Amino acid sequence: MTTMTGPPRADGFRIGKLLTDTRYRSYTFQAIAVVLLIVFFGWLVSNAIRNPVLQQSGIDFGFLSEPAGYEISQQPIPYTPQSSHLRAAVIGAINTLIVALLACVTATVLGVIAGILRLSNNWVIRKLMSVYVEIFRNIPVLIWILIFMTLSVNVFPPPSAFRGDDPDATPVLGLMAVTNRGIYFPRPYFTNGIGQVPDAPAADGDDTAPEAQEVASSANWLIVLAVLAGSFFAVRAVNNWATVRQNATGLRPTTWWMTLALWVVPLALTLFLLGLRWDVPELRGFNFQGGILARNSLIALWFALSVYTGAFIAENVRAGILAISSGQTEAAAALGLRPRRIMGLVVLPQALRIIIPPLISQYLNITKNTSLAIVVGYMDLTATLGGITLNQTGRALECILLLMAFYLTFSLVISAVMNAYNASVALKER
Amino acid sequence: MSDTHEETIAFVRESEIPAAPPPERQAGAIRWVRDNLFSTWFNAIVTLVALYVIWWLLSGLIPWIVNGTWEGSSVLECREILQGETGGCFSVLRERWSQLLFGFQYPPSLHWRPTLAFALLFVAVPPALFFKLPRWMLVFTAVYPFLAYWLIWGGTIITPVFAAIGLVVGYLVFVRVEKRSFMLGLFAALVAATVVWWFGGVIADEFSRVARLRPVASRAMGGFMLNMILGIVCVSLSLPLGILLALGRQSRLPVVKGFCVIFIEFIRGVPLITLLFVANVILAFFLPPGTNFDLILRVIIMITLFASAYIAEVIRGGLAALPKGQYEAGDSLGLNYAQSMRLIILPQALKISIPGIVNVAVGLFKDTTLVSVISMYDLVGIIRGSILASTAWSGIYWELWVAACAMFFVVCYGISQYSQWLERQLRTDHR
Amino acid sequence: MKTSVLFGTLAFAGLAAAGASAATLDDVKARGKLNCGVNTGLAGFAEPDASGEWRGFDVAICRAVAAAILGDPSAVNFVSTTGKTRFTSLASGEIDVLARNTTWTFSRDADLKFDFVGVNYYDGQGFIVPKSLGVTSATELDGATVCIQTGTTTELNLADYFRVNDMSLEPVPIETEAEARTQFLAGACDAYTTDRSGLAAVRVAYPNPDDYVILPETISKEPLGPLVRHGDTEWGDIIRWTYYALVAAEEYGITKDNVEELAAAPGDNPEVNRILGTEGELGAMLGLDSDWAKNAIAVNGNYGEIFADNLGENTQIDLARGLNALYTEGGLQYAPPFR
Repeated sequence: MTTMTGPPRADGFRIGKLLTDTRYRSYTFQAIAVVLLIVFFGWLVSNAIRNPVLQQSGIDFGFLSEPAGYEISQQPIPYTPQSSHLRAAVIGAINTLIVALLACVTATVLGVIAGILRLSNNWVIRKLMSVYVEIFRNIPVLIWILIFMTLSVNVFPPPSAFRGDDPDATPVLGLMAVTNRGIYFPRPYFTNGIGQVPDAPAADGDDTAPEAQEVASSANWLIVLAVLAGSFFAVRAVNNWATVRQNATGLRPTTWWMTLALWVVPLALTLFLLGLRWDVPELRGFNFQGGILARNSLIALWFALSVYTGAFIAENVRAGILAISSGQTEAAAALGLRPRRIMGLVVLPQALRIIIPPLISQYLNITKNTSLAIVVGYMDLTATLGGITLNQTGRALECILLLMAFYLTFSLVISAVMNAYNASVALKER
Repeated sequence: MSDTHEETIAFVRESEIPAAPPPERQAGAIRWVRDNLFSTWFNAIVTLVALYVIWWLLSGLIPWIVNGTWEGSSVLECREILQGETGGCFSVLRERWSQLLFGFQYPPSLHWRPTLAFALLFVAVPPALFFKLPRWMLVFTAVYPFLAYWLIWGGTIITPVFAAIGLVVGYLVFVRVEKRSFMLGLFAALVAATVVWWFGGVIADEFSRVARLRPVASRAMGGFMLNMILGIVCVSLSLPLGILLALGRQSRLPVVKGFCVIFIEFIRGVPLITLLFVANVILAFFLPPGTNFDLILRVIIMITLFASAYIAEVIRGGLAALPKGQYEAGDSLGLNYAQSMRLIILPQALKISIPGIVNVAVGLFKDTTLVSVISMYDLVGIIRGSILASTAWSGIYWELWVAACAMFFVVCYGISQYSQWLERQLRTDHR
Repeated sequence: MKTSVLFGTLAFAGLAAAGASAATLDDVKARGKLNCGVNTGLAGFAEPDASGEWRGFDVAICRAVAAAILGDPSAVNFVSTTGKTRFTSLASGEIDVLARNTTWTFSRDADLKFDFVGVNYYDGQGFIVPKSLGVTSATELDGATVCIQTGTTTELNLADYFRVNDMSLEPVPIETEAEARTQFLAGACDAYTTDRSGLAAVRVAYPNPDDYVILPETISKEPLGPLVRHGDTEWGDIIRWTYYALVAAEEYGITKDNVEELAAAPGDNPEVNRILGTEGELGAMLGLDSDWAKNAIAVNGNYGEIFADNLGENTQIDLARGLNALYTEGGLQYAPPFR
């Protein structure tokens, strides 16, 4: 920064030099900065230490092992009110991750479709997508969450509407009940296969009820997963074979029926052997029983986050595509590729490099925005640890520290992983 | 040559044929429709589906708006007026309009004050946004924050006047001392401003009746006004803070750099709502017992910190995008750090960062709705907590949410359109 | 060099920390205002009216305390607190007293270090259901979807009650009263549970109150009362005895209308005289003026009058005294002797 025109004068160190000499000045500034920081944080901490109530109750994470005492509606892992606050927090964290994952997937799909369609040569579609993007981008996500919640509570019928001989509402196709408490889906389960549950609840001989039959353990899903993985690799092998043939003969053999068969036949066979049955939700008592319930809080949150973030992702995708020089498109067109193949083979792979960094931050935004679950009563981490546990135990400091630590760790891990991926796909320049 | 021409060719046209209009089906609206909507069968199907979606949306929306009524003072009266037809009860907006805008605690007789402040916003902001306006109008922009504070919060005018004088004095001192050393100037300016503010505080206490508007407590702020206050204040405060953080992150001093990195990554790693919980719930532990400073102030601090971290990252991008030669040019001219930043680097880096900054600003403005979660009555809070709970308007929600959407849409869309315009204006490269 | 500066800084911070906090009473007197934490809005207990003036049962206690200490019932800053912020507001000193229908529980007393100074309202948790549901008892709610407001003891009671009765429960946590109302009216939950006083208040606000019925069971004890920080016993005494003065006033027939009269001329009941400061020095023992109780009673009247004005049968909320009647009338409200 400075240029020495002559040899440095050999005089010794003076106090004044701390400010005037650039060699020492940076140390002075840093020392001042350190002191100011220490004073500031020392002041904060000393205030907390002096607080009479904090002095007596102290900072104590012991409450985490005490029974939580409250009920949680969505329990991905077993939980009763006697379980600890820690377990409630873990359930909250899992629920956060569930909705974040679901929303990331749908938002990406929605965003990519909308982003590509915004560049469509169809005027109506183009305008429709612009309207979608502008409307969702310019209105707060909190309002969208509340709107979708209002929608699901007030538009769909309550379970009582399904009751009676001439009900106001009937399940869709007799399988899926859409109510204002959520959507009840049929739940698949297996009757054969490993890990038979010995005494299924209904041993009263009523074998029409799903419980009456032998129920195999859910570990059988691993078998299904393994079969799907097998199919995946088989399909890849077929594709490789087709490529080899194409390289050798110039003609690509028709493989779509093989692919289809490889996906469908093994899966169907496995499911048949395992004895797949569907547990269809039925109205019994106050609610539908059986099946899987996607609560309206989950649906509202998931949907709102997806369409809101989808609009942002659409913009990122559009920007990424536009950044690819038109020479690429024209070159591909000159090679005789059709528009859809140009998009799929030439433009998108290149655009992906530009799209991925903003996409990562959109994923992080989704994860952080799931904390708004609290307004619709979805039991995510903010609602369990930062909500009910905080309220019940009054341990605000501890709860909020843990809450922030979770989100911080999660964000840092995700961005580290994504940055590593990003580095691996980045253009290698020399 | 011309002779052979005559011999070999039987007919030669002597004049140009006037251009004929293209065939009916190849021009005008029909051509456009064919090219743009029905070029392929797939395209045609998509068009039809899209048209159906639009028709479905409009057929629900238009009768609701057209048939809607603005009369009646409760949901029952409104239903009576509608007589079972589809239509919105927009009367709830007419009746609760002042609550939506100002919250339910701001004294109704004083609503003219925030309204005036809002109107003056349209005088104060354009000089800063549009460069073609005369420069002297910026004076009003500078005065505006203090005027708006006085109008909205009330109290004696001495407080904002001295706040302004403190800034001016600080600036003058800075200009004087800066020639000797940038840091010294900053320090002297801070001291001078503090002295003026302290003095102003004494005077304001002494003459609290001078030009006094009825004071309104911070907790009375509500409605869309609260969103606007939070949005404007936090964005303006976070911009300088964000610049400092961005410079700090680029700094060669490890302590400064480390602090900035930790701060930025921490803030960006946690959701805003947890920061608001901190402001609302645990910040009080870290302040001297008995200090009772407003929730709105605590929230402003937290949102400002939040936004500044994001703005810092945007500006860091701008700084990184500048060619290294610019930094070296500054050094070779013999400018010191402060000068080269102020005169060379930042003007260019900020220009590059404008779209990003505007995105952060829009996002921040939208995020001000989160204060409703910590039971502040902003626009969303008023709707959720107050109007939806009232007996008179039970079962009315679409009208309210549509109104809320419209208000946010107008502001956010306006800002993003402005940023696009500005980007075009600032484009100085040759195209 | 840096280390010495560091130590200097720490010493400075320590010095700043040394200024011990004064007693709450002195703070309040110096400030001239009482900071009172109340509900964000619950009909009958604490609610700003159309002109922004706070009214309600809890608010009346705050005003009585302000009148007792400062002689001015309007010298109160009402700080609205949520379920989440109420304890930290009190703990951090943002408010001096919390009167926010807060249930007195063991852990709040012993673990969170707060002192409940009394019980100004004996409540219990109940259920409201639509009549069309055909339920007449809470024991028939097996498998029901129940809306609960989060952040209160009701969540814990609900879980306990369903467990004890071996019933399954589908809870729907709700943030605000308005959302509870929307969901319950739309049938998204079968039942709504909160304190019975609250149920009565929300029921009257439904479009057709007669279509809804409050189930007979009371599933919990909810002693609601004002609370202060542990450690400042003198301050707790002031709130406690101000409250008892209101209860005793009802017992001895001191009302808003006759309090001035009784205070002007000592009567023949020594207890009344001691309360009103015409005999003895009770006020001085608390560090207050001798007419502290007279001021407190003069604001909104005695306990019975406050109850009648805010919750009683002539109000929309229409609650009977029940457990909150004086002990002489079969209730639990009982003031220790003033002597």
